[in-house]
Amino acid sequence: MATGVFSEGRAKIAERTLRTDRWWLQPLVTFGVLISFIIYATWRAFENNYYFIEPLISPFYSPCLSQSCAPGSSLLGRLFPIIHIWGMTFSPALFILIFPLGFRMTCYYYRKAYYRSFWMSPPACAVAEPHAKYTGETRAPLILQNAHRWFFYAGLVFNVLLTVDAVLAFRNSENQWGHMSVGTLVLLANASFLWFYSLSCHTCRHTVGGRLRNFSKHPMRYKAWTLVSKLNHFHQQFAWISLAGVWLTDIYVREVATHAISNWYFF
Amino acid sequence: MARTLKLRIWRGDDTTGALQDVTVDANPGEVVLDIIHRVQATQMGDLAVRWNCKAGKCGSCSMEINGRPRLACMTQVSAYGEDETITITPLRAFPVIKDLVTDVSFNYKKAMEIPSVEMPADMKPGEPRMQQVDVERSQEFRKCIECFLCQDTCHVIRDHEENKKSFAGPRFFIRIAELDMHPLDILRNRKKQAQEEHGLGMCNITKCCTEVCPEHIRITDNAIIPMKERVVDTKYDPIRWLGSKILKREDIVQN
Repeated sequence: MATGVFSEGRAKIAERTLRTDRWWLQPLVTFGVLISFIIYATWRAFENNYYFIEPLISPFYSPCLSQSCAPGSSLLGRLFPIIHIWGMTFSPALFILIFPLGFRMTCYYYRKAYYRSFWMSPPACAVAEPHAKYTGETRAPLILQNAHRWFFYAGLVFNVLLTVDAVLAFRNSENQWGHMSVGTLVLLANASFLWFYSLSCHTCRHTVGGRLRNFSKHPMRYKAWTLVSKLNHFHQQFAWISLAGVWLTDIYVREVATHAISNWYFF
Repeated sequence: MARTLKLRIWRGDDTTGALQDVTVDANPGEVVLDIIHRVQATQMGDLAVRWNCKAGKCGSCSMEINGRPRLACMTQVSAYGEDETITITPLRAFPVIKDLVTDVSFNYKKAMEIPSVEMPADMKPGEPRMQQVDVERSQEFRKCIECFLCQDTCHVIRDHEENKKSFAGPRFFIRIAELDMHPLDILRNRKKQAQEEHGLGMCNITKCCTEVCPEHIRITDNAIIPMKERVVDTKYDPIRWLGSKILKREDIVQN
């Protein structure tokens, strides 16, 4: 039985959409960028190498908590034993990436991006989706999108740790303080982008004040909500910038760690 | 200087219909509704079109222009290329009555299912006082002109007729958000109703409603997502649930 725009009683129009613009371009570009990042992140997570060189650590491997971590890379100690699966050492990045990946997967902006580009639900506005049935986020597994706030809280912890990593990068390769390199700037930029992404988050907006009924009774929370609301306008931009930041930071650290390039020091 | 415009206008009813080609003159500054009226006056005397204010404030002339839900009175002809054929159809999420007129009564039925504001019983007329900071969020939602373009573009009902039973749509999520954020409303189960009766969980926040809103209401960011977060407070947050039990404060998960 016909459904959707072809349902009984609706205007009988054969085309699924009459849009004449390039509506497919945005989901296509989104798909391309996200799939490239997923492939790169998966490869890097399994590579389990070239993620640390004094004083720089890749955000994919921070905080490195396994006994398999490179010496000096464990900010919080090497708490967990080495795990072997099928003769391979289990990469600590596979544990770490659960949290930032979970945060981005459940993010209200990324949901829009991947529902449109990966699941085509819908591919673009007023373009009929190909699925016969739709239940949205009402049942498993998509009901788990409601866990976004827990990943947000975990993301804040990661932001603190990556900020500490950036501060530690004000050292040279001999661990002496008072130095600054290109890597320091790269790590600082990455941590800053991630803070902007987290603080502009819809859950953050709700937590600081959005859940209130009476702002007038909570003037400080109202101010915080107003500030986060301003940042929230740019959440989409922060989402992409911070993703690129993590990606480029990892590439930079890897290039330095493999000695393909040297980490140039300003002082 | 006038230009000659090529149009394809959908003509028909709920049983049959087709796009018909028309050529008509257009003057500088004219909008699509002006052109439709010219076609009606000169070539298609029985062309059905719903319109009223011609100022983007009544929400009557909603239709789809080149496949995009728009108000015909707010769509400049000059936005389309000289050689472009403009295709005009009725809203495709609702049953068609005739030509460009659709039956949008689905929306009125949904509106009746939402309880209106409930003030404290002992509050007399003239007594309510609210501060601006407490009502400014809701004021954005009051700009809605009920053009139902957001309802038309929402894929939950546009692409799935069967969902109309359980899904109210973005226009009514802003209504529910407006009431749930109302500083004097005492009805406390709006979040539960939004999730369980009006299908808030079916929205996958792809933001098409926000894209088409002629009043530029940030439907998704300011109404739907805040309501989703409020639902998480009451239904999917074990820490808040535990806090309500330990502190014996049910309002933590019900407010």
